[in-house]
Amino acid sequence: MKQALHKNKMNNPFVGSRAFALPYYAWLAIFIIAPLILIVLYAFTRTGSGGVTVLTMENIVNAFSPTYMTVFGRSALYALAATAICLALGYPVAYLLSKMKANRAAIISILFILPMWMNFLLRTYAWRALLDNSGIINQLLMAIGLEPVQFLYTGGAVLFGLVYNFLPFMILPIYSVFQKMDTSYAIAAQDLGANRWQTFWKVTVPLTKSGIISGITMVFMPAMTTFVITRLLGGSHFMMYGDVIEMQFLLMSEWNFGSALAVIMLLLTIIFMWVMRKYDKEGEGAALM
Amino acid sequence: MEHVIDFKNVYKEFDGVDVLSNINLYIKQNEFMTLLGPSGCGKTTMLRIIGGFEEPTGGNVLLFGENIKGVPPYKRRVNTVFQRYALFPHLNVFENIAFGLKLKKTEKSVIKKRVEDMLKLVGLKNYGDRDVSRLSGGQQQRIAIARALVNEPEVLLLDEPLGALDLKFRQGMQLELKRMQKSLGITFVYVTHDQEEALTMSDAIAVMDEGVIQQVGTPEQIYNEPRNSFVADFIGESNIIDGIMKADYLVHFAGNDFKCLDRGFNENEPVRVVVRPEDIEITRGIKDGMITGTVTSTLFMGVHYEIRLDGKNGFEWLVHSTDQFQIGEEVGFILEPNDIHVMEASSYDNVRIDDMEAV
Ligand SMILES: Nc1ncnc2c1ncn2[C@@H]1O[C@H](COP(=O)(O)OP(=O)(O)OP(=O)(O)O)[C@@H](O)[C@H]1O
Ligand SMILES: [Mg+2]
Repeated sequence: MKQALHKNKMNNPFVGSRAFALPYYAWLAIFIIAPLILIVLYAFTRTGSGGVTVLTMENIVNAFSPTYMTVFGRSALYALAATAICLALGYPVAYLLSKMKANRAAIISILFILPMWMNFLLRTYAWRALLDNSGIINQLLMAIGLEPVQFLYTGGAVLFGLVYNFLPFMILPIYSVFQKMDTSYAIAAQDLGANRWQTFWKVTVPLTKSGIISGITMVFMPAMTTFVITRLLGGSHFMMYGDVIEMQFLLMSEWNFGSALAVIMLLLTIIFMWVMRKYDKEGEGAALM
Repeated sequence: MEHVIDFKNVYKEFDGVDVLSNINLYIKQNEFMTLLGPSGCGKTTMLRIIGGFEEPTGGNVLLFGENIKGVPPYKRRVNTVFQRYALFPHLNVFENIAFGLKLKKTEKSVIKKRVEDMLKLVGLKNYGDRDVSRLSGGQQQRIAIARALVNEPEVLLLDEPLGALDLKFRQGMQLELKRMQKSLGITFVYVTHDQEEALTMSDAIAVMDEGVIQQVGTPEQIYNEPRNSFVADFIGESNIIDGIMKADYLVHFAGNDFKCLDRGFNENEPVRVVVRPEDIEITRGIKDGMITGTVTSTLFMGVHYEIRLDGKNGFEWLVHSTDQFQIGEEVGFILEPNDIHVMEASSYDNVRIDDMEAV
């Protein structure tokens, strides 16, 4: 119950104070809605002869060509794998954090503020230096008489980069749910004959479902659309959908085609969010009642 | 009779604070044992030790004669009705009750039947599909009872299971629980801070205060022969007066000598005398040998008036009377030997009377 109330508040931070929200809505309109409209416009138009803008489906159709679908599939695959790894790592970490005496503020600062002291690009560059064929890690390996390992420009490096950057977004929502969760449910389950394993699967996991779903959403979405990180660690072999979109805009100056790719990404994102929300609603409903 | 649970010199500390001290208590097969005491006296902690959610700091607990130190909760043949229910919010009523049976891989049709029987028993037939947090407090409490009982445990621990019910339903459930305990042959360890509930339901009561068992006995023993002033006061508001035991069967208090039924004290030993308000019968016509006082307050309690008297020696008497008296009236009463209960001035005892008789 408490949790649900809390959620509602977060969903509608401006309930009852519309007037105060006006600057926010203005900001929303100028910086989010307007660019979105522009992208959709670009996606369905092209500049014809004589500089005239004409409506067309061409960009969208091209965006579904095998080349780009392969990149799309790769992005989805890596994003999924990264999400799964984040969940496997983040869930126990979130549990342990919730059991620690440290307060919430301290944990949030360790997870989010500390990493922000250095831009994620700089940190990724730092990892490049560490993972390089002649980087510190390989030098250490050679020092103890082992063969150097090719870390950079592998699928593994890409996955590592994704997990490294997005893990906090998995930990935080799960941690929040754990923190609010009443231990009496686990005790009741054991009282009814559930061992630790059964208690975990039959009580702990279902009761933390809303955190898991938030975590999955918050990791999968940015992992799916990310660029630069993947290219820096994976090189051109591991070009992701985000990289392709960026390239169309910055390198090829194909704004119309780039926009078409972006629109497809956007639609997918919306569908994914919708599906996740539906799951969450179900979970929440059960948790509520 | 077999001892189902045996506390042997159990004590429990939380952060260096004694929560239970030197608990010695046994609970017999099929007994309805009530732990009675004020809030914070350690009742829930006792149950948590039996259930396996808390280990004693010292001493041993035996379950069916076996030391249960280190035995995890799920391996103990014990189920609990928790003080705050702890119904699973992600499961509906049926699934909550079926939880324990499913873990035991009980056949689906058997589960269905037993859960439905249980729902009928607690008066919530057709509630199976409901979500637990949509139920009222009293309904949740009944589901919690059903969820524990359906597993047919040998020992059922109940932590103030009727706390959320209104008086009428509470009395109904008291009878129902008592009936189930007898017919299913389950040992009940029942926690409450309601002395009336304890007196009506229990085979035996352990009165606790500040982590110490003050007295163990049948409801009659606890009520009629409280061992100390705490028990006397907790089991029903009482008049407790300092006195001196002049000789066997003769006690002095409130400025008079009274005949009593107690003996075995030292000559002139300081004692406490308990007189129950309902044993005092006041009249307007004051005669010789009566204790007298002035009515200072009267309160209508439904069945009787609760009257306070300002007696001599500054003692305030609490009296129950079916007649109405006016404030300021002079009244008097006579105490018969069996109205007077003499206790040691300060003592507690956690040995059951039937132990003492066996010795
Ligand atoms: N886990 C714990 N850590 C520290 N102190 C505790 C813990 N559990 C209980 N206590 C303390 O032990 C004492 C007894 O608690 P317990 O819950 O057994 O009381 P109770 O008799 O059940 O009270 P109530 O009638 O209010 O439920 C209390 O002072 C309580 O604060
Ligand atoms: Mg309690």
